[in-house]
Amino acid sequence: MLALVLFFIFAALCVGGAINLLVQKHPINSALSLIVVMGSLALIYLLLGAEFVAAVQVIVYAGAVMVLFVFVIMLLNAGEEVRLPHESRVATMLGVPALIIGLGITAAVVSHLTGLDRIAIGGPTVMNGSDVFGNPQAVGHLLFRNYLLPFEVTSILILIAIMGAVVLARREE
Amino acid sequence: MVPLSYYLVLSAILFACGVAGFLIKRNIITIFLSIELMLNGVNLSFVAFAAQLNKLEGHIFVFFVMVVAAAEAAVGLAIIIAVFRTRETLNVDRVNLLKL
Amino acid sequence: MSMHLWIIPLLPLAGAAVNGLLGKRFPRALVNAIALGFTAAPFAMALWVAAQFAGLSPDQIPHIERYATWLSAGAFSAEYGMYLDQLSVIMMLVVTGVGFLIHVYSVGYMEHEGGYYRYFAYLNIFMFFMLTLVLANNYLLMFVGWEGVGLASYLLIGFWFLKKSAADAGKKAFITNRVGDFGFLIALFLLIKHFGTLQYDSLWPLISRYPVETGAAGLLTAIGLLMLVGATGKSAQIPLYVWLPDAMEGPTPVSALIHAATMVTAGVYMVARSHLVFNRAPDAQMAVAVIGTLTAIFAASIGIVQTDIKKVLAYSTISQLGYMFMACGVLDYVGGIFHLMTHAFFKALLFLAAGSVIHGLGGEQDMRHMGGLRKYLPYTFWSMTIATFAIAGLPPFAGFFSKDRILWSAWSSGYHVLWLVGVITAGMTSFYMFRLWFLTFFGKYRGPNPETVAHGHDADAQHAGHTGAVQDAKDAHAAAGSHGHRSPHESPWVMVVPLMILALLSLVGGWAGVPHSLHGSDRFGTFLSPAFNEASATPGAAAATPAEAKPESEDNSTELAFSSISVGLAALGFLAAWWLYYKRPELPERMAKAAGGLYTLLLDKYKIDELYGAVIIQPLILLSTNVFWKGIDQGLIDRAVDGSATDAREASDAMRHMQSGNIRSYAGWVAVGAAAVIAFMVWRGVR
Repeated sequence: MLALVLFFIFAALCVGGAINLLVQKHPINSALSLIVVMGSLALIYLLLGAEFVAAVQVIVYAGAVMVLFVFVIMLLNAGEEVRLPHESRVATMLGVPALIIGLGITAAVVSHLTGLDRIAIGGPTVMNGSDVFGNPQAVGHLLFRNYLLPFEVTSILILIAIMGAVVLARREE
Repeated sequence: MVPLSYYLVLSAILFACGVAGFLIKRNIITIFLSIELMLNGVNLSFVAFAAQLNKLEGHIFVFFVMVVAAAEAAVGLAIIIAVFRTRETLNVDRVNLLKL
Repeated sequence: MSMHLWIIPLLPLAGAAVNGLLGKRFPRALVNAIALGFTAAPFAMALWVAAQFAGLSPDQIPHIERYATWLSAGAFSAEYGMYLDQLSVIMMLVVTGVGFLIHVYSVGYMEHEGGYYRYFAYLNIFMFFMLTLVLANNYLLMFVGWEGVGLASYLLIGFWFLKKSAADAGKKAFITNRVGDFGFLIALFLLIKHFGTLQYDSLWPLISRYPVETGAAGLLTAIGLLMLVGATGKSAQIPLYVWLPDAMEGPTPVSALIHAATMVTAGVYMVARSHLVFNRAPDAQMAVAVIGTLTAIFAASIGIVQTDIKKVLAYSTISQLGYMFMACGVLDYVGGIFHLMTHAFFKALLFLAAGSVIHGLGGEQDMRHMGGLRKYLPYTFWSMTIATFAIAGLPPFAGFFSKDRILWSAWSSGYHVLWLVGVITAGMTSFYMFRLWFLTFFGKYRGPNPETVAHGHDADAQHAGHTGAVQDAKDAHAAAGSHGHRSPHESPWVMVVPLMILALLSLVGGWAGVPHSLHGSDRFGTFLSPAFNEASATPGAAAATPAEAKPESEDNSTELAFSSISVGLAALGFLAAWWLYYKRPELPERMAKAAGGLYTLLLDKYKIDELYGAVIIQPLILLSTNVFWKGIDQGLIDRAVDGSATDAREASDAMRHMQSGNIRSYAGWVAVGAAAVIAFMVWRGVR
């Protein structure tokens, strides 16, 4: 019961942040609302017993990637989006949320029809924290044994990304 | 007990928001933010299914998604900076030198 | 022991290769030497081979030599080999002998022509193919020679290829031949299918086992009829004779060699070689006889009114070939080959003499412009006289013995109607040949004034015979100077000597086959008939030659009676020609006017060419133009190729809009693509 309530609160935060991202004109506002979304997502992860993932979400995603975004926004000092004269504000005001809600309803209907909503997850066990599911130790076991190769490959990927970013952003002399 | 479908619906909504922003917005950075939003929505799906199936592979995959998202954000922002230096604008409609 | 027969056809091929490839740079004398040398050598060798052959015992005949396997496919194989029996010995001697004489004659006739080396190369190639045809030991190799002589004929008819009528005539000859060859090929396919081989020595025993097909027509009748189709094409019988008169566009020695003495006789040879088939297929043999006879009288009727000297001889050739087919059709193969030999002599002589006349007149071929030439061209006159008497069938010249033998065989085999038609045709033959003789050599010279010939040379429009390769001819005429600038003159010795030799042969050639009724020993018949015995195919089988069983004395008197009938008719023809073209030369015109429509019909060759043109050729041309060219080639194939290019262009034009340079449209396309993939995956998952 508590889980359900918590879920709805955090879900509302997510959706609100997402829609705010769309609505705001200045990119810095959009970036900040995305941080709100990420934060609430991390809380939902905790609800699902994914402790490690929740931590990584906050530390890496919200704390590093989004900081990078904010930094670039401030560096470039781009202003608000300029609205083109012939664009319709009504369409965007009404259409976008309508689309989103429509999709949500579709998803709900589909999951009801396919019986997914009878599968319940979460609950007291999860909320109390399990010692074997979702903690860093368990994740680490899996990561460094079964999925070692992809792990190493992603480290190379990060290396390449670093080099690429350095080369691309370098000022021409 | 939260039904699985609720998580999936939330994931769908987040993903849809991301797609909408990706298509509608004109500021390149906002478009990137929408992409990140899409990725987050997908992450939620993975974690939800991992909890339902009681397998940790979902978490692993979320971990990799985050790594890739980070790398992609870094490189993408570098590109934006490079383009901004020459075009002096963050409006994608202005970056159209290849237009016929 | 091997007689190395393969050398005989290969010698002229070597000559053709040397002359054809290198002859352009050779002086005339060298070209002559090569051409004549490579033709005289096979003749000499043929004589040697004949001498060897005479020494063979009967069980060594036929003498077969196998050199190599040409092709082998499954159960069927064909080899390159030679077959020597009495028939091929005779054919070989005729081809090489008459061929050599004509080569010699050509040296003089073609003296002022361009393309000299080309002419002799083609002539040598013809000899090669013809010798392959007669010496081959299987039908496939014979077919190679068959097609090859058709090719050589095309090349030589169209020798002056810049002249449209000559080029068209060459095409007509080749295409008409091909129609006949189609029938021949089907016959060969039937042979392969039912007997599995085309080798003579394997086929003859297999065919001998078949009974005579009386009543129902069977396999052998089909094969015989199809072979007949091929023979009508090659030997200019009804319905495929139309190419031979047009073939007179070629140089006269070519007409002599190919269209009188040798190539056109290939059909007769082929029928004779396939005698085992025809012996067993009465319907086919009747068809052969009827077609031969019909053609004989048909062609003779056209020849009566022709004014071009060569056309008369062309129709005469068709008519005489009809006689040979008649002979084969009544199963007197010996008679057919005998007439083939004597005809080779006197017809070649006739053509060469006509060529001498044309040459002496500087190119005139129309008999209405000739006359009284016997004082200008004495040697030509006397040779032509002998030849004319020979073809008319007057004793003791060659044609009498051979033609009479055929007529007698027709009568004694029971084909009385054929005999009657043949006799009437003999009379017509005599008439039109003597008409030619009188018109050309007697009376007053009707050509242009001899004194003005020298000055009017360049403006002379009567160079019909020589104006093919116009540039070369003009150069040659300008350079020659002495030729054609005087009154009609006798030909040089190099042309006259072959005439004399052939005249001698036309006189004595028939004496080899004097029948028993005239107290001769018929050496020719005795020599050749074993080739047509059934015994030559399988030992001990019954012979199938006709008219052997009747008592001799009764036959003799009847035969003599019939001979006198034909001689009488020939004499009648002579008298009619004498009356109409010597005594009262104004009569023919009045008769022609009186006959009116009939005369024009004959003059227009019964309008057969026009008939073929309308019924066969025009529809074919229309079909080719509208259906094949415009419909299929342009509409279907070209449109497929062009259309695929156009479609590709239009498709890429449509795709071009995806690459607009507008980032947001790219974003849109990415979203659409992703949605499509997701939908597909959902659909797959739901299934």
